[in-house]
Amino acid sequence: MVGQILFIFIAVVTLLMALGVVVARNLFHAALFLIGVFFGIAALFILLEAEFLAMAQIIIYIGAIATLIVFAIMLSKGMMGRESGAYNKQWYFAGGAMVFFFGLVSWLLVKMPFKTISAQVPNDAIQQIGSGFVGHYVVPFEVASVLLLVALVGAIMLARERNS
Amino acid sequence: MTVPLSWYLIFATALFSLGFFGVLSRRNAVAVLMGVELMLNAVNVNLVAFWRYLTPTDLSGQIFVVFVFTVAAAEAAVGLALMISIYRTRKTINIDEINDLQH
Repeated sequence: MVGQILFIFIAVVTLLMALGVVVARNLFHAALFLIGVFFGIAALFILLEAEFLAMAQIIIYIGAIATLIVFAIMLSKGMMGRESGAYNKQWYFAGGAMVFFFGLVSWLLVKMPFKTISAQVPNDAIQQIGSGFVGHYVVPFEVASVLLLVALVGAIMLARERNS
Repeated sequence: MTVPLSWYLIFATALFSLGFFGVLSRRNAVAVLMGVELMLNAVNVNLVAFWRYLTPTDLSGQIFVVFVFTVAAAEAAVGLALMISIYRTRKTINIDEINDLQH
């Protein structure tokens, strides 16, 4: 019962923040709302007993990605574009389509029977994740690290000032 | 464990829809990127919820979320670098003004 009330509270707050991300005219406000959404998702991960992911969510999303977005916004004031409207011409069509999408998928999800089991999370879950990365999932792990390196080099190359 | 699985899935669907709406309707490219981040987070919630309720003893669900983190970080870095580069040459990042391929 406590879990349900906690879930509803976190979910409602997170969805309101997500709405703020989408409707905020000021990009900086949108970025702050985005940080709130990331915190809400981390709280949901703790509710789902995925503590490692909650911490990774806070460190990677809030510590790296949100900071990157805030930096990019603050470094280029003209990027805000506040003189023109925040939405393009097809926003009402997009809104209707998304309401329809949400209704359809929610209806399907409520209808669909999932075979849930009520087993406990193993006590050494974080240890299993760690040994998974250097054991069974070592190739995807290395590919992901190469992807990050390539993205890093590519981002520097793209954003670099070209003084010919 | 009193929260039903479908609540998490409906929450993730709502978050995904909001993010998709942002991607489709915002003019500023940074706002579009924020919409993509919302969608990726919704997918993460789905993955963790399915892991917790269907296979809690097998940690591969959590490991997959870490790969989504990696891709999200790479996407944000490259996307913002592209925007800074485009802003430098075009003086705008409104994506309905950067449509040279259309005509």
